[in-house]
Amino acid sequence: MNKINFSNESVKQFIVDNFLFGDADKLAVDTHLFEKGIIDSTGVLELVAFIEENFNVTVSDDELVQDNFSSLIAIEKFLQSKNNQAS
Amino acid sequence: MCGISGILNLKNPAPINPSHLKQMTYALSHRGPDETGAYVDDWVGLAQSRLSIIDLSGGSQPIHNEDKTLWIVFNGEIFNYPEIRESLLNLGHKFYTTSDTEVILHLFEEKKEKCLDDLNGQFAFVIWNAVTKEFFAARDRVGILPFYYKLEKDKLIFASEAKAILEVSESEPEFDPIGLDQIFTFWTNLPGRTAFKEINDLPPGHYLEFSPTRPLKIKPYWSLSYSENLVTENKTIPDFVNEISVLIKDSIRIRLRADVPVGSYLSGGLDSSGTTAFVKKYFNNDLRTFGITFQEESFDESEFQNLMIKLLNTNHSEVHATNEDIGKYFSDIVYFGEKPIIRAAPAPLYLLSKKVREEGYKVVLTGEGADEIFGGYNIFKETKVRKFWSVDPASQLRPKLLQKLYPYIFKDKRLAQTLQAFFKLGINEPNNPFFSHIVRWNNNLRLKNFFSEDLKQQIGDYNPFDELKNILPKDFDNWNYVYKAQYLEIITFMSGYLLSSQGDRMAMANSVELRVPYLDHRIIEYMATVPARFKIRGLNEKYLLKKVFKDLLPAQITNRPKNPYRAPIKSSFIDNKSFDIKTILSQEEIKKAGVFDIFKVDLLLKKADRNQTLSELDNMALAGILSTQFLYNHFMNNNNFSIPDNYNFNTFIDKRNQTK
Repeated sequence: MNKINFSNESVKQFIVDNFLFGDADKLAVDTHLFEKGIIDSTGVLELVAFIEENFNVTVSDDELVQDNFSSLIAIEKFLQSKNNQAS
Repeated sequence: MCGISGILNLKNPAPINPSHLKQMTYALSHRGPDETGAYVDDWVGLAQSRLSIIDLSGGSQPIHNEDKTLWIVFNGEIFNYPEIRESLLNLGHKFYTTSDTEVILHLFEEKKEKCLDDLNGQFAFVIWNAVTKEFFAARDRVGILPFYYKLEKDKLIFASEAKAILEVSESEPEFDPIGLDQIFTFWTNLPGRTAFKEINDLPPGHYLEFSPTRPLKIKPYWSLSYSENLVTENKTIPDFVNEISVLIKDSIRIRLRADVPVGSYLSGGLDSSGTTAFVKKYFNNDLRTFGITFQEESFDESEFQNLMIKLLNTNHSEVHATNEDIGKYFSDIVYFGEKPIIRAAPAPLYLLSKKVREEGYKVVLTGEGADEIFGGYNIFKETKVRKFWSVDPASQLRPKLLQKLYPYIFKDKRLAQTLQAFFKLGINEPNNPFFSHIVRWNNNLRLKNFFSEDLKQQIGDYNPFDELKNILPKDFDNWNYVYKAQYLEIITFMSGYLLSSQGDRMAMANSVELRVPYLDHRIIEYMATVPARFKIRGLNEKYLLKKVFKDLLPAQITNRPKNPYRAPIKSSFIDNKSFDIKTILSQEEIKKAGVFDIFKVDLLLKKADRNQTLSELDNMALAGILSTQFLYNHFMNNNNFSIPDNYNFNTFIDKRNQTK
């Protein structure tokens, strides 16, 4: 089990609702969203749209790479770095 | 429900001919086949065609107050009337019926126009003060029920449907060029206007007042306004779900109040499945349901409907909408709808209400309004995607999200670029008030290419978007973009088309009353404070409503992709042997009505003959042209119908020569 906490519960809930249709068991903080087939290329745009709407950030085309959204932890890191940029 | 009509003298007392009132009630007899009544004095004539639902034996109209100074004719239902009645009894009011109509009258005595704030329902009514000669007319908040009027030679003529006004009007009916321009832009008129010259519609949420000492005035008493306040900001999703659930349950509870049985439409979509499941679980285990199936598979929802019927075990009846029937009844539905329509979708609902009536039912619940209030339509999601794109209009990746929304049309890789360009319109102006609808409305403008040169000239440089801009709320620019889209959809499509052309008119054509639980104003007002991001979570539409029904409905229903309700156009009108489109749209006919360009219509017909399928725009044009031609034939190319000799009012109150 990975011990790193994932603080953005709403991102997790969004992925569970939207891509796993309620199957919360299939999503750990380090589950690879692409390798496990949870999110596809259109799906990542949905996720980014959700993040922009709820976290007041803007994601550029350059940042729109798999690495930034590959797992809940990656998303958390990405959001933190965006916050640091902003502050 | 019912039909109301009447005539008011605006300057001086003058005889009002009761036979004019008879012509009007007769023209509205489909709205109220059970009985008729009228009140006449030297200033006013009020008439009513009644469909008896509450207080079957005692509720005959017009109804008066204790001293017979106030008189009312009423179309609709006040669902919270028992509670209001109780409080009025405590204030000393005396009632001679158990109807909701009488409750409005006494509440008006107490509070004048402020009575409207207390009414929970769907209504249009007129109250006449025989002493002060004050005339008061009002229409419900979102326009579930209609009210039209015309000013003619110091008279106000009013009615539930325009046809009753046309019956007694001295001038010949004509199309309103501006009215047509609006319909071919927004699919309906903007509030206030109709397809007929000089016939006005009292906008939803407005009242009209007049007395000989004060000029006629039209004022709003309710308007839709969105704001996320701090209270809702701190709420969690379960809070919203619980509160919405309580509201919907209560809305349904009071909408089951009737002295006749209430049935329910069941389409197999989320909205009607949800209300039906609520009724079944909490209120009536012996529920009667009604649904439509389609001959054409791509429009049919039987699979989901059958799932729900089986699950809820309701006594269900269905109508099978064949393409032949859609063509066959199209002329009739235009007669009842009184407006050009660019869709065929009202037709199956006409067939459905016919079935309801044949089965002995007068009242049904429907799921209308949920998409507008809870955020269900694709246009809202499209707005979110385009807003996402507008953050970086040069992005190559962002527009690809459109594919998620419209996978079918993006399937063809060669077309993908063109389609993307189509949706890019206005992307650099995310603050444009019409950002959400600009793609759709701009596309509709092409329909106006079919207008005749003569009509184009009459329309001149009128711009429907400017008019719409002028009626937007003052703080509109500050609203969230999803709120803006909801607002625009509600005041145009919902009030003018969904509740009217496809709603009230199609039901009342067969003397059936629709009740719409999702449009209880408590729900509308509550949802107007819920942050947009919870309504559509990502691109998951009606997110909160799905949660409300989660435990009541199977996942196949709550998770199913939403299909827009539609009916086939080309196959109903072109490939229909019993529908003679060549005669209906002959050059002679087109020329007579004068609305469309003869050659363009001819080319469209040739194209329809030649091609297997038609584009969306061509289909809309076809329905729009056909319905306009039918409208012309019903109302502008026709003599008034004669009423039978033995047609008389069941109740006739004659106060002429008493009130001068």
